Amino acid sequence: MADKKVIVRISAEKCKGCMLCIKACPQGALKVAGKVNKRGQQYVIMAVPEKCTGCGLCFIMCPDCAIEIESNSA
Amino acid sequence: MAGKFSRPESMTDKTTHYCPGCGHGIIHRVMCEVIDELGIREKTVAVAPVGCAVLAYDYWNFDAIEAAHGRTPALATGIKRVLPDRVVFTYQGDGDLAAIGTAEIIHAGNRGEDLSVFFVNNGVYGMTGGQMAPTTLIGQTTSTSQFTRRPDKEGYPLKILEMMALLPGVVYLERTSIHSPAEVLKTRAAIKRSFETQLAGKGFSMVEILSPCPTYWGMDPARSMERIREKVIQQYPLGVVKNN
Amino acid sequence: MKAKKERTQEKGKIRYLSTGNEACGEGAIRAGCRFYAGYPITPQNELTAYMSKRMEEENGIFIQAESELAAISMVHGASAAGARAMTSSSSPGISLKQEGISYMAGAELPCVIVNVMRGGPGLGNISPAQSDYFQATKGGGHGDYKMIVLAPETVQEMFDFTHKAFSLADQYNIPVMILADGMLGQMMEPLEFSADIQPPAEPEKPWALTGARGREPLSKKSLFLGPGVLEKHNDKLREKHDEISLREACAEEYRTQDANFVICAYGTAARIARASVDKLREKGVKAGLLRPVTLWPFPEEALKKHISGETAFLTVEMSLGQMVEDIERIVGDRKRVGFYGRAGGGIPEEDEIVERALMVLDKSGKGARK
Repeated sequence: MADKKVIVRISAEKCKGCMLCIKACPQGALKVAGKVNKRGQQYVIMAVPEKCTGCGLCFIMCPDCAIEIESNSA
Repeated sequence: MAGKFSRPESMTDKTTHYCPGCGHGIIHRVMCEVIDELGIREKTVAVAPVGCAVLAYDYWNFDAIEAAHGRTPALATGIKRVLPDRVVFTYQGDGDLAAIGTAEIIHAGNRGEDLSVFFVNNGVYGMTGGQMAPTTLIGQTTSTSQFTRRPDKEGYPLKILEMMALLPGVVYLERTSIHSPAEVLKTRAAIKRSFETQLAGKGFSMVEILSPCPTYWGMDPARSMERIREKVIQQYPLGVVKNN
Repeated sequence: MKAKKERTQEKGKIRYLSTGNEACGEGAIRAGCRFYAGYPITPQNELTAYMSKRMEEENGIFIQAESELAAISMVHGASAAGARAMTSSSSPGISLKQEGISYMAGAELPCVIVNVMRGGPGLGNISPAQSDYFQATKGGGHGDYKMIVLAPETVQEMFDFTHKAFSLADQYNIPVMILADGMLGQMMEPLEFSADIQPPAEPEKPWALTGARGREPLSKKSLFLGPGVLEKHNDKLREKHDEISLREACAEEYRTQDANFVICAYGTAARIARASVDKLREKGVKAGLLRPVTLWPFPEEALKKHISGETAFLTVEMSLGQMVEDIERIVGDRKRVGFYGRAGGGIPEEDEIVERALMVLDKSGKGARK
């Protein structure tokens, strides 16, 4: 799995801090940023990228398309 | 799951006005994913309700119009009859569809209109401040059932899907939820089947989607999703209600 | 057995005996209307029945809706999809359509709405009446919107005005109402139109919601939440209303050239007042009739021509008096404007109008017998 490359982009501005992605992530790779975005809302960041398998469950539960994932599990 | 997860083309890039954790955003996305997948974005015309989703056309990258509150299926009927080869759907909340628009939804179904109806059941009127809806559960507190909903006073939660099943013109009905990734994918599949029903001209189809309203349920988004699993599903069981 | 209507056609003219309701339906068909949604209500049922047959013959779309509310929203959808669409009803049903009409006016969508008025308020009765004038011309729905309102007086005009209504609706992207009454709807008179009558030219409708193929997505809405946006939209609507008032206000006059006593009436009331004018003339009164054809925009200029001098006015309506308020406003002196009306489905008689006219004249010292 070493050469598996997963890029996860979380838009701090689009994120409304609902945390549904954190609950959905089986690997616990997502965390709250501890800072707020321009709208004053908490947002989520990819805290432990090496744990992320690119499964997409966070994307599925995100109501705001704040997460984009590209993975080429070669 | 290799591949790419990103905003579907049928969805605009605009940040929605929906509250954090609201189900509309998820439902919009899976619906737009299906519209992309079926390649129908350029021949789809949507009819938005009055309610939280009245602004949905700002988030949809296809033609859309808003109807007077509750008249959504009637307006959609007008469009579909004039443009039978376009894909026409309504997107409605519990107030729009199951309260003021009850006659319109029943008669659109009874006429067997070739329409897809996506009915978001979140148990309250969100846009106006969390009032009781026809789908509010017994014992649920809302701004207009402050002593909880009591059968002898406020009546029972309406099972509109099961009512629609009695109508011969209605060919496909399913109730799904979005309280977990697996359920979201089932909602996506049901929406796809509803569009396919319309594309095949088989008649009226409707998907009821149980959705959270964290703001007016008074709980955080994750807890709201739990409430669907624990409580709402008991009153509104998931699954295919009709499939001719 | 329904009498078979003899249809003759000579010299390219189609002539037959028709009810007003059916003439209205044929006028719509000949105007290219291909979508009709209606709901049963007396006294306009003949129109709905007629459309259920003729639309099929012309492969248009006919729907008997579950309510008048649904019917106007079906027309809303059909119009937004680019079709010429019509609905018809009578007073109580028209009340139910007001919200939908306001939506279409706000979204600037064309359509034709026929109100075959009956006695009101409430369930009222099924006799002809004119007590929906305010609702039609001052806006029965919410918001600052206007509708063009045409008032036919004969079966022929039920055909002609409905045909013209589609042209006006498309020209200005606005709902147009035909304001008739139970008498006009149900009586029969000869109807005539040229065999090759054409629908009014249909303008391009780039705003129609037909699917965003090769263009940006469109939305046809009346919701404008941004700060000041709806205000600007209303200003735009007002400019349209002003333009329509300038160009479309229309009245017909009868024997008013030398009149110093002018009866103002429309529709069935005008029909009856015409005979009263003749009777007054026989009594030496220089009487005339001013008949508004468009109730909105109201033909103010036509009325103003008669205000100079000592002309006295009598408004005759089948109501407790609604148009009379517009006459008083325009004339500017209530003392010069008399009123005679019969409400609740009552129909004024020729001689009653003559009697009231003479009373008005005596009061204003211009009695004919002096």
